[in-house]
Amino acid sequence: MELAFIIEKFALILVIFVISLTVAAYSTLAERKIAGFLQDRVGPNRAGPGGMFQPLADGLKMFFKEEIIPTESSKALFILGPSLALFTSFLGSAVIPWGQDIEIAGRQVSLQITDINVGVLYIFGVVSLGVYGIMIGGWASNNKFSLMGAVRAASQSISYEIPLGLSIIALLMLTNTLSMKEIAEQQHGINWNIFYQPLGFLIFLICSFAETNRTPFDLPECETELVGGYHTEYSGFKMGAYMFAEYLNMFLASAVMSTLYFGAYNYPGMDWVNEMTGAVIGPLIGMAVLMLKIFAFIFLFMWVRWTIPRFRYDQLMNLGWKILIPLAIANIVITGIVITIIDKL
Amino acid sequence: MSISLFYFVAFLTIFFSLLVIFSKNPVHSVLYLIVTFFTFTLHYIMLNAQFLAIVNFIVYMGAIMVLFLFVLMLLNLNEGSIGSKSNLLKMVGVIAGMCLIITLVGSVKALNDSDPLILQTQDLGLVKNLGKVLFSKFLLPFELSSILLLSAMVGAVLLAKKDIKQG
Repeated sequence: MELAFIIEKFALILVIFVISLTVAAYSTLAERKIAGFLQDRVGPNRAGPGGMFQPLADGLKMFFKEEIIPTESSKALFILGPSLALFTSFLGSAVIPWGQDIEIAGRQVSLQITDINVGVLYIFGVVSLGVYGIMIGGWASNNKFSLMGAVRAASQSISYEIPLGLSIIALLMLTNTLSMKEIAEQQHGINWNIFYQPLGFLIFLICSFAETNRTPFDLPECETELVGGYHTEYSGFKMGAYMFAEYLNMFLASAVMSTLYFGAYNYPGMDWVNEMTGAVIGPLIGMAVLMLKIFAFIFLFMWVRWTIPRFRYDQLMNLGWKILIPLAIANIVITGIVITIIDKL
Repeated sequence: MSISLFYFVAFLTIFFSLLVIFSKNPVHSVLYLIVTFFTFTLHYIMLNAQFLAIVNFIVYMGAIMVLFLFVLMLLNLNEGSIGSKSNLLKMVGVIAGMCLIITLVGSVKALNDSDPLILQTQDLGLVKNLGKVLFSKFLLPFELSSILLLSAMVGAVLLAKKDIKQG
């Protein structure tokens, strides 16, 4: 391993880390601004011009608040819970292809941290790991409400992982690869997977709402029944870590959906733009396009949150097991039949 | 480098599986078991079996252990609530443990006779090669195991149904 390679990867990791943090921090502001917009009020506008420094103020507040650890809780696990939630939400961005290769001083520099050949499954694994942060934190709090929240999070995440996996299988039958990079390259121009897998995308979208614990599936923190759900006992920065993990998960889910179904960094007319701007600016424009798609998805997440009320628990289970799983299996069957027919033609 | 890494990960595996047995709290046991499974994933990665590594990660850590933890949290078992075991149970435990030791010693004795395990090709564990082998050379065992899993699933659904009728 040469030095340039290490420096290049380190710089890329740093850039993506900072981007994730910034997007997650400003998502908290965007959420309140969008809530204000949808409810016909102004939203936070005091800190800085138009409320721009609000995330900074919130972050400082989180840091300086008193941290309370309940006396009867298991302390190590109480701290491990939010740490794990934050840690797992960072892992997924390693296999997202953020853009085409750029050329710096005659070197091809990949805008993807690592291209493992089971990238899609890696994302799936990281997502399924995310629930441990909530479960451990909820159990360690030694509080009945937290425990209920943790148990709900576990059953919800298990239930919605199945249709999530099934919808990915239908997509993989189409792409014939598990590598995120190759999936992104296949969707050149406007040849996006959404046109071939509309039903699969819908299932994937619903499941990602459930996996990120966003409304209408935020039953683990349902405040009307469970006080605060799994983070009832948390305060200060640990509470902030849980909140931050939620926004990071939203960012990651949006990035995955954009990459798998909405063409990643591809956009119509990209060849022409790449020719005009060269091998550095062109891929960066592609990256900006990917970011725009991600922001659109984040807006969708927030739009849904302030529009649709929360599901009841039995409705949540019915939707997952009796509607989404049969639909996802039907999607696989239909995809298989269509692929066979097209092959024979 | 590689061999010392293997010994380190192997040590971690044994260390955490011992913690699974020795921790008093069932939830702690399950958490240590999750870490043990994670070290298995590391072993697979060192064998360059990426697909098996990630499937072990998803299925064992992401699904089965979540269910284990779910059930434990639902029952909320404590040290006191398990109760002491009867003498008969202890005897059965001792006999079962003896049988396991005899099997282990036997397999360790046989270890010198057989060839050491060497990877034939480095890319054996990649998705493409694994898929090709599964659907050609090992098609029958593959399909049989899928039937086995299906029958287990049908059985689980039947058990769940019976409960609803009674209640």
